[in-house]
Amino acid sequence: MLRFTRLYAELDRTTSTNAKVAAMARYFAVASAADAAWALSFLSGRRIKRLVGPALLRTWLTEASSHPSWLVDECYESVGDLAETIALLMDDGSHEGATLDVSLGEFVDEHLLTLRRLEVEQQQARVTAWWTSLDAETCFVVNKLLTGALRVGVSQTLVARAVAEVGDLPRDVITHRLMGPWTPTAEAFEALIAPDDGSADVSRPYPFCLAHALDGDGDLDETLGATDAWQAEWKWDGIRCQLVKRVGQIFLWSRGGELLGERFPEVIAAAAELPDGVVVDGELLAWAEAGVLPFSELQRRIGRKTVGKKLLSDVPVVLLAYDMLEQDSDDLRALETSERRGRLEALAREHPQAFRLSEVLDGRSWDDLAALRATSRERRVEGLMLKRRDARYDVGRRKGTWWKWKVEPHTVDAVLLYAQQGHGRRSNLYTDYTFAVWSGEELVPFAKAYSGLDNAEIGELDRWIRKHTKERFGPVRSVEPQHVFELAFEGIASSKRHKSGVAVRFPRIVRWRRDLSVEDADRLDDVRRLAESVS
Amino acid sequence: MTRPLITATRDGLACERGEFVIDPWREVETALISHAHADHARAGSQRYIAPHSSVPLLQRRLGASAVIEGVHYGEQRSFGSTTVSFHPAGHVLGSAQIRVECEGDVWLFTGDFKRAADPSCEPFESVSCDTLISEATFGLPIYRWPPGHVVAEQILAWWDENRAAGRPSVLFCYALGKAQRVLAELAALTDRTAFLHGAVAPLVDIYRDAGVVMLPTEKVDLRAKRRYDGELVVAPPGASGSTWMRRFAGASTGFCSGWMRVRGNRRRRGYDRGFVLSDHADWAELLATIEDASPTRVLLTHGRTDVLVRYLRERGFDAAALETSYTDGDGSVDHEAEV
Repeated sequence: MLRFTRLYAELDRTTSTNAKVAAMARYFAVASAADAAWALSFLSGRRIKRLVGPALLRTWLTEASSHPSWLVDECYESVGDLAETIALLMDDGSHEGATLDVSLGEFVDEHLLTLRRLEVEQQQARVTAWWTSLDAETCFVVNKLLTGALRVGVSQTLVARAVAEVGDLPRDVITHRLMGPWTPTAEAFEALIAPDDGSADVSRPYPFCLAHALDGDGDLDETLGATDAWQAEWKWDGIRCQLVKRVGQIFLWSRGGELLGERFPEVIAAAAELPDGVVVDGELLAWAEAGVLPFSELQRRIGRKTVGKKLLSDVPVVLLAYDMLEQDSDDLRALETSERRGRLEALAREHPQAFRLSEVLDGRSWDDLAALRATSRERRVEGLMLKRRDARYDVGRRKGTWWKWKVEPHTVDAVLLYAQQGHGRRSNLYTDYTFAVWSGEELVPFAKAYSGLDNAEIGELDRWIRKHTKERFGPVRSVEPQHVFELAFEGIASSKRHKSGVAVRFPRIVRWRRDLSVEDADRLDDVRRLAESVS
Repeated sequence: MTRPLITATRDGLACERGEFVIDPWREVETALISHAHADHARAGSQRYIAPHSSVPLLQRRLGASAVIEGVHYGEQRSFGSTTVSFHPAGHVLGSAQIRVECEGDVWLFTGDFKRAADPSCEPFESVSCDTLISEATFGLPIYRWPPGHVVAEQILAWWDENRAAGRPSVLFCYALGKAQRVLAELAALTDRTAFLHGAVAPLVDIYRDAGVVMLPTEKVDLRAKRRYDGELVVAPPGASGSTWMRRFAGASTGFCSGWMRVRGNRRRRGYDRGFVLSDHADWAELLATIEDASPTRVLLTHGRTDVLVRYLRERGFDAAALETSYTDGDGSVDHEAEV
């Protein structure tokens, strides 16, 4: 555990990605395969199924720390992370340097996972024994493993880089091997760094190619070159996915590595006619006879593990395919976009019922495409996708091959009404804001936003909030209605679940409108009209 | 009930019967100053009273023409119908708690204080009183400070690591107090030279004149094309991200503050290292001070007053918050250093 705790501290202390990769590579090089497997699992954001709930941990913490429970709650609110709150409150300076004398793998397998078999009292005894005996750093890491993901500023991409270094393999091979289910065992780690023998798990998808946002203000002839070097498509507002069909089985993967098949049986059924050894990249969309439905409709399907008949017929879902990554069990990713597109079109001609084909847009010039893009909203798309015709299918977000050219978002001027402290790196700063618009004489909350202000503005607003708090409701403060912010949204739809009657997607702060007074904020009616005009 | 001896007015913590104001935030006739930080020592008053060792620091902040009278710690002075004395607060050089007595009623204003050992200033002294006016900057039990010499060892280890890698170590800390404390703590461990930002250097000189032993220092030379690989550079937090930093390309950055106890604060600021070093009392020190003073009433000026008030009330104290203009210092978001 000591080695892993040190790795954690090293990762936490640096902001340099190269230093992080180097630290992880050093760890992977010396750790046993079992330790490395668990380290990789935690570092890449995987978590073990919950062992003890946070409410129980807080109760135990109150008992163990002998502080009143409200004070423990205040501490938690200020720190914003339960694992850390525990480590800080239990650190009385008497166990400096006391660490766990077992390896990470042993600790997880024998001490952590076995908690599941114990009665609550025994669980409490074991867990609080860690709290009262370990130094703050080890205690924190142990709590992190107990409560969820590590969140130490390391992405799966960085972990893959480190593993690739240790295994002396191309990074893409590691990334690919890490797609899909991955069980943290010594064997799995050894297989991960084994020489490439071409065999792969039948269900395994490919790492997704991601797009960069295009700043469309500039001269596109200059930045992107000739229009005909690019394949333009609509940018759909759905769920990115990969459909894998191999040896008679069909797998539908989300970008987050989740299997979606059960939730979208019609997509799986349609794909049954596809030949084996095929992988298609695309988007799940709610699609009725009249065309695509708003994302809010698709959302009704996302939460359901099993779907009833009514919902299936109300919100039918299709796979809209836009790329082909495998055919006859051959990896096509090294082929040019135009070649892959040709093969996808051929597949669609042979199996017209298997999926919908994403349309390639006909634009002779950037002006033509800009004109098409201007019609995005009425078509319920987010804008355009531009894919370089001669590019291979990249891993991750590499600049220059895929661009998303989105339409300008909706904006609304709204009044700050409530604030709550953030979590993680924004803990003990008021950074989670609730905004309101006018309904008659009343300000009605309608959106929450967390991002968009810079650090100086966050600091200034935090100080203002503290000085202008009207009421406190637990962690939430109401403030005097005084500041107006311009908020942007990707989507806006009518909603019965929200008091305001509208639900917004991806709300964010565009700017602090110091030039506007509260009276200048938008009215709910206008916001509702915006919702109706697009849904 | 008798009239309170000290009240928070628009001028500051005013004592009518003594005809003075403690740490005024507006211009007044007589100002009693607890220490030389910006939110406690503001220019424009007609005369200032403060401990001798803080006079050079105050003169620098308030201007050469400010009338500042030095007093000895413990020396009793009469103001109106009150008797006043200053007692070491352990916050920075020349910092004081201010004791005010009138007809047997004793009030103590702690100012900003800490009880932990600090080689750069006079050690905190316990004073008993009837009414205690205390700060509560770190009024949550998550705040517990490691001893200063332990933190100094961590800083030295970080410096050594950077030296081995040929990188400059740029350490950000509050220009008055924290910087000198770090240099004094480090002097027990090494005699290597530290380099100072222009805002820190004159204050280090004042400390040195007062007899505080610190690392040998040199000012960062803005003109010379010198490299600082392997060197320790001490700068105020305000210098972070400024063009001044360009000459320290590839530097590892560190920040000294009590707020660094919480990981979110460390990460948000984007420094490579956060060192938990505060010139304020931690939770245990706040409670110990209240216990030692054994007051019948506790008033809290700034910080987590809400938490500490509730905690004290549950323990039978008469406690309340006092509205002041003091900030949650220690290099918090509110309190970027400029001197």
